[in-house]
Amino acid sequence: MKRTIILLASLLLGAPSFGAGEGATLKAGIFEPARVAPDFTLQGSDGSNLQLSRYRGKVVLLGFGFTSCAAVCPITLATLAAAHKSLGAQGSEVQVVYITVDPQRDNATRMKKYLSGFDPSFVGGTGTDAQLAAVRKDYGIAAEKVAGPDGAFTHSSFIYLIDREGRIRALMPYGHAAEDYVHDVSMLLASP
Amino acid sequence: MKFSRWHWLAFLLIAGVLGPLAWAALTPLQFPSREEVFEIPKGTWARRMSGDKVEILPAQIRLALGVHDVLLLRNLDDVPQVFGPTIMMPGQSFRLPFEVASDYQFACTAHLSGQMTIVVEPQPLSPWARLRWRAISLWKAAT
Repeated sequence: MKRTIILLASLLLGAPSFGAGEGATLKAGIFEPARVAPDFTLQGSDGSNLQLSRYRGKVVLLGFGFTSCAAVCPITLATLAAAHKSLGAQGSEVQVVYITVDPQRDNATRMKKYLSGFDPSFVGGTGTDAQLAAVRKDYGIAAEKVAGPDGAFTHSSFIYLIDREGRIRALMPYGHAAEDYVHDVSMLLASP
Repeated sequence: MKFSRWHWLAFLLIAGVLGPLAWAALTPLQFPSREEVFEIPKGTWARRMSGDKVEILPAQIRLALGVHDVLLLRNLDDVPQVFGPTIMMPGQSFRLPFEVASDYQFACTAHLSGQMTIVVEPQPLSPWARLRWRAISLWKAAT
């Protein structure tokens, strides 16, 4: 009711605009305060144990999806690949980590082949249902299998931006351009 | 020509309708802040555990570029909460600006549909756009 009254008052009275967005610098959504990204150990597409903490000192772009995804994942990964390329030498300080929501089909070999098609430096993560469910819970990721023959999933489609200290600083919703990633990653790389 | 009482009544009636419409169409949209704020109050988790159905985020949120284009979520509760597209720790806020008009779909387990939509409309610059935006907002606020 209070919100309704405030909205009505704003609409009817035309309250003065103070302008907002002060302090907002990233294109992505910002968490305040930033929390430490929960660590995990999964099977990496590079053949090793994939631990997030392995990438301390780098900016990590963390996403969730599956290799059979026909709509969202290919666009997101192509965008991340374009951003990674645009970063040039700075790209070596950035790591893309993509965790599957479809462990039945996405083994390490399949993920490596799929991700290499976008950028050979991208690392995928897979594991048991229980392992992956625990990671999704830690990161607030929704994933649900869609009834049908193709075994598709609906899933959270954003990318977490994790700074060099391993803190979740921001969340980039699906649909942002590569330039926005370059902008934000450059800022995170430059920030203390 | 002499105005009768009925003429005056009709004139006042028309002015009473056209005046607000003209105001709604011509006055630029302004808000105290560009942020649309949603907060999880302290004690929400306890209320949910006791069986209360607590709805905080609507399934659809409307924003307009340039005037009201930032979503601000705050978790004031004592436990982590899945809020909109993400999970938020106690005391944490999430501030999401929008720069492109579009419909943004987020998977959100807090809603029965499993989805939350944020409709970001272009900046309402034309009189018709302002009128439409105000009319829809009033309708949404009233229902």
